[in-house]
Amino acid sequence: MTTLNPALGSSSPAQTRPSAHAWHRATEEPAWLRRTLIGIALTFLTIFLVLPLTVVLYSAFEQGLRVWYEAIVEPDAAAAIRLTLLVVLVVVPVNLVFGVVAAWAIAKFEFRGKSLLITLIDLPFAISPVVVGLIFVILLGSQGWLGPWLASNEMRIIFAVPGIMLVIAFGTLPFVARELIPLMQQQGKEEEESSLTLGANGWQTFWRVTLPNIKWGLIYGVILCNARAMGEFGAVAVVSGRIRGETNTMPLHIEVLYNEYMFTAAFAVSSLLAALALVTIAVKSFVEWREERARTAQQN
Amino acid sequence: MSIEIENVNKRFGDFVAVDNVKLSLPNGELTALLGPSGSGKTTLLRIIAGLEQPDSGRIRFHGEDTTDVHVSHRGVGFVFQHYALFKHMSVFDNVAYGLTVKPRRFRPDKAEIKRRVMRLLELVQLDWTAHRLPSQLSGGQRQRIALARALAVEPRVLLLDEPFGALDAKVRTELRRWLRRLHDEIHVTSVFVTHDQEEALEVSDRVVVMNHGNVEQEGSPEDVYDHPANPFVYKFLGNVNLFRARVRDGQARIGDIALPVAEHHPQDGEGYAYVRPHEIEIVTDPSEAGLSATVELVSIVGPTVRLELRVENGEDLVHAEVPKGRWRELGLAQGAPLRVRPLASRVFLHGETLPSAGA
Repeated sequence: MTTLNPALGSSSPAQTRPSAHAWHRATEEPAWLRRTLIGIALTFLTIFLVLPLTVVLYSAFEQGLRVWYEAIVEPDAAAAIRLTLLVVLVVVPVNLVFGVVAAWAIAKFEFRGKSLLITLIDLPFAISPVVVGLIFVILLGSQGWLGPWLASNEMRIIFAVPGIMLVIAFGTLPFVARELIPLMQQQGKEEEESSLTLGANGWQTFWRVTLPNIKWGLIYGVILCNARAMGEFGAVAVVSGRIRGETNTMPLHIEVLYNEYMFTAAFAVSSLLAALALVTIAVKSFVEWREERARTAQQN
Repeated sequence: MSIEIENVNKRFGDFVAVDNVKLSLPNGELTALLGPSGSGKTTLLRIIAGLEQPDSGRIRFHGEDTTDVHVSHRGVGFVFQHYALFKHMSVFDNVAYGLTVKPRRFRPDKAEIKRRVMRLLELVQLDWTAHRLPSQLSGGQRQRIALARALAVEPRVLLLDEPFGALDAKVRTELRRWLRRLHDEIHVTSVFVTHDQEEALEVSDRVVVMNHGNVEQEGSPEDVYDHPANPFVYKFLGNVNLFRARVRDGQARIGDIALPVAEHHPQDGEGYAYVRPHEIEIVTDPSEAGLSATVELVSIVGPTVRLELRVENGEDLVHAEVPKGRWRELGLAQGAPLRVRPLASRVFLHGETLPSAGA
């Protein structure tokens, strides 16, 4: 016989309570298995994430803060950092808008070629970045299809900043759309329809109903897009021409430094790139925490 | 505000959702669009609202052609089956939404919005939930908020798409009675879609039965239930038994029983007699007129006893319903012989063209 409340039960609860074994839930694993699984996950993370990051930071600061600082402000490095930030500032908003538009079209309308569009959106993930770079060179380079026309109009795209932006925009195109499509499909369009029947116009509906609903997916997509845009290497290497101080982004600059045996400088710039990534993740966590707190405050 | 639906058609690919529907819904009434799934009732409602465009035909509100008026200017209140409340807004903001999106010239000031929202929340008896999020309310409460939100813009017509469909049985019954009382208070022309015949009969002033995109019958709930226009309506509005019948001289003969059918069938012929379970009388005396049968299954559902009876030489089981008290008087058990006698019926002759009202 079991009692629900031992305090009210018989005088010797130890005897009436069933052994701990019997109380295991069907889905509850034994302790050793839990510990093993957690252990594997943590070990894996340590080896593949924490360790490399530590190496980057250690190597970067090995010779002191001053050496690190000089490696960062050195003109070519500074130019690479500026270029990378500029590219991100252009590419991320462009793909943000594209992602929302594409997801909206796919989730809320029925049209011919919809499945083709979904497949095409994934294409940049499937193609090797080097191939992406080559595609753009063949298309826009001086020997390419549109090359002569571009040259006659004095437009430089390949081996210049616009080319870098193009390939990075191409490579990061799926991130926002991929996050939003399943989210918007699952949410359906009833809330938007409600908003319209209540007299709101399309813009009001988008800003006040759709956007708040997709906010988290959107922020997450933007963060991923941002991280990838800063780190893109292969495609940029093909189209940038690697002109030091002009068309080298941070990852390219790191490679140059590394090939020239300037390890400390290479790790210094790497640490900055890693730090930018960490900052984006921190921003995401902070925003989430704020939202969560606002929500609980509202509920109480 | 009356609603006139004139020759409205709507197809989705090869599927005909609404097939040349003509309807006139009188001012201030609560109309039920009743039909099985795929009958076009929801599509018709969405066309009235302006959420779908008809392929052809016109919609008029009180004579004014609104077919090409955008949904946001049409002045309809729409309530969805799954509430469609704005998840990230408080109940107050949800109800206020329709007022706050008005162009500045027409927008009431903050105090006025607050007054009107709180009045509506009192109307739906949920003023104490103003600062909660929709996720903190029960299904029935959410649907009442959705209704308050739709009413906030003072719609010319109120449209409800299976408004109780997602609720459990008890809440559903309570809420539909509450909707009926609310409608009696505010008298806005309302249309609601349902596949539940009991709901339609209980709540509405007027029932429109739809099937395959057509209107099968329209009329008062009593009229539609008591005088179904065709076999579909008969079957859809409740359980029904079919008996082979021969009509001659204004009488239908089922076995050795004769029932008058003059009001419907001047001509003679063979057909089926439709008889509701509660219109079947059970007698034990074998000398009385009736079809001999045996009891196959007895299920006692609260105050009623539902019986499945096997008629001699009959292919199908006959379903009958008797009050519990009557069942006790009969003193029958499973397998016992008895006689069944239809008390009333409506005969539809073989090959009879179905009168489909309104289409």
